[in-house]
Amino acid sequence: MLNPISVAFKKARTENRPALLTYTVAGDSSKKQSLDILKSISKNTDILELGVPHNTPVADGSQIQTSAYRAIKNGIKINDIFRIVKDFKKFDKNKPIILMGYYNMIFQYGDNNFLKKCKTSGVNGLIVVDLPWPENKDFAKKCKRKSIYFIQLLSPTTTSKRLKKIIQNSHPMNYFISMLSTTGGKLKVSPREILKNYNRIKKINPKKEIVIGFGITDKTIGKLKSADGLVVGSAICKEITRCLNSRQNPVTNVGKLVRKLKDKIK
Amino acid sequence: MKLKKRIPVIDQGNSLGFWGGKFGGNFVPETLKKPIEDLEILFNKLKNDKKFISERDRYFKNWVGAPTRFVKLENLTNHIGGAQIWSKVVSDANGGAHKIYNATVHCLLAKRSGKKIICGDTGAGYAGKMLSMAAKKFGLKCKIFMGAKDIARQKPNVKAIKKNGAEVIPVYSGSQTLVDAVSECMRFWVANCDTTAMCVGSTVGPAIFVRICGWSTSQISRELKAQLIDEFGSIPKKLKLYNCVGGGSSSFGFWNEFMDYDKKQVEFIGVEAGGPKKSKKHAAPLTYGSKIGILHGAAQYVNQNSDGQIEETESISAGLDYPGISPLHCFLKDTKRARYTAASDEEALSAYKLVTKFEKLRPSLEPSHAFFVALKEAKKLSKDTIVVINSCGDAYKDRGILKERLGKKYVKSN
Repeated sequence: MLNPISVAFKKARTENRPALLTYTVAGDSSKKQSLDILKSISKNTDILELGVPHNTPVADGSQIQTSAYRAIKNGIKINDIFRIVKDFKKFDKNKPIILMGYYNMIFQYGDNNFLKKCKTSGVNGLIVVDLPWPENKDFAKKCKRKSIYFIQLLSPTTTSKRLKKIIQNSHPMNYFISMLSTTGGKLKVSPREILKNYNRIKKINPKKEIVIGFGITDKTIGKLKSADGLVVGSAICKEITRCLNSRQNPVTNVGKLVRKLKDKIK
Repeated sequence: MKLKKRIPVIDQGNSLGFWGGKFGGNFVPETLKKPIEDLEILFNKLKNDKKFISERDRYFKNWVGAPTRFVKLENLTNHIGGAQIWSKVVSDANGGAHKIYNATVHCLLAKRSGKKIICGDTGAGYAGKMLSMAAKKFGLKCKIFMGAKDIARQKPNVKAIKKNGAEVIPVYSGSQTLVDAVSECMRFWVANCDTTAMCVGSTVGPAIFVRICGWSTSQISRELKAQLIDEFGSIPKKLKLYNCVGGGSSSFGFWNEFMDYDKKQVEFIGVEAGGPKKSKKHAAPLTYGSKIGILHGAAQYVNQNSDGQIEETESISAGLDYPGISPLHCFLKDTKRARYTAASDEEALSAYKLVTKFEKLRPSLEPSHAFFVALKEAKKLSKDTIVVINSCGDAYKDRGILKERLGKKYVKSN
């Protein structure tokens, strides 16, 4: 059976648009609300990225940090995250879910235990921010055995030689970091420049799906439409924070934001 | 797990940067892979380059002020009535602490790599103060990340950093101490690694930073070795080296040259921060058996909960207030080359009182932890045992805390 992540890219392609990937932090601002948000954005997003909050994140900007600290403060644990995934899949069983986090949380759970839980709860892919290639070789193999995509990160600083090696060893989907930044930074490179780098990567193996992330908002997403997929994270976390601060409902408002994002790439 | 002889410990990691196959490594975002590799290539070349080494030695001698004193604490020795008590007064170094060695070397490397800006983290403020001094000396722009809690409790050093023209960036996330300052500094480097060099303030972080820092602070034991031979004619038959351990940069540097000696002859004792007596929180992952985890790019023993969230620490000394510990010390612990224990806040304060009562020496709260354990153990040791404590920082920065905890008379002006 084809991984639902690949199905989602195929579907977007037939509709002549990039896939939309949304990132929210699991348990932000509570377990129930984070599940409700997933449900409310589900019909307008192609792939759900769910952040595993960690309290020493070395690659996240202030928006995602705020969401992560809020979720941890409200008591989210790894097992709760698997529960959220499982409950969501009862609601929409074909929507792919990718967990994104830092390696220490997986390491403490145990690689094999973690992957077993991923499988039984319905996780389809993993992004581990601080487990780069070649350190991730063994872990990526274990993912493959469970038919879970291990998604490699590629950056503007990744050398051509390294790009080729990483892509050669990669699963069907990879993630290109648009610029030198933590998540949610202001887009400091032009979309044209980003797409130039993207095309350079894409040419190495056109069959691999490459998504672009970091710094993408409703203002910039329309200019990057030619990519296989686009990830929006910090802008969504920022909206949740805004709603909480102004006593508005994050569930409906994030739903609206994601619909707007989808409209921009149609 | 085995410690090899005649190979510097900093070079005993495997190809992925793991000591003993499991401590250290490079758990970093992809963006940092290239700048880290560039730094590795540069450092591996320069550490064997005679010209670079003589440049380093020139700055250490003429600017840092090498060697720092090695003195006998006669009054304390008489008072304790056991082993001979000596101190290596590393706080003599320019700026008042050992952090100057690593800061100088990082600025020399930054110059060679053509970077114009250098960023660094700081806890007690010494790493930040020294980096700002060195940056000024070498004409680099400097940004220092410091937890908001530490800014409040280490004011003299904050003032010094600003006076040197560096920018202090307060960090409000998490516990607002060193652990968050290091995270924020790494995040800044992720976003600016094309123009900026990073200096990690201790023997922590991705493997290359552990190595550079250990290589730099080893100056302390190079000096001590010569001073011991000068004083005793040879390395004493019973030598015990006491040092506080936070991240582990001063202790590693204090021990490195003696690594190949049998531990029966030269014993290493690392003293971690046990925190307040009444608190369950501490900064002593080696003493209290914390599990291996990943923090700031390296696998190490680290205070964490069962989910892998890093736990908050508590210690009177900002410089030791770190939940993890250098991979080098994890390696020295598991190979049993060094022994680790902890002293509480109250014990460190009592040692500070005792030392300042008997000697013209004013160790900061960090080495006061080491003094406590050394003085306690010295009592039971024979007169031919040489106990040396690294007094790696000066208490001037702690005047606010000392005044509050011990009263005005323990605060001397500089």
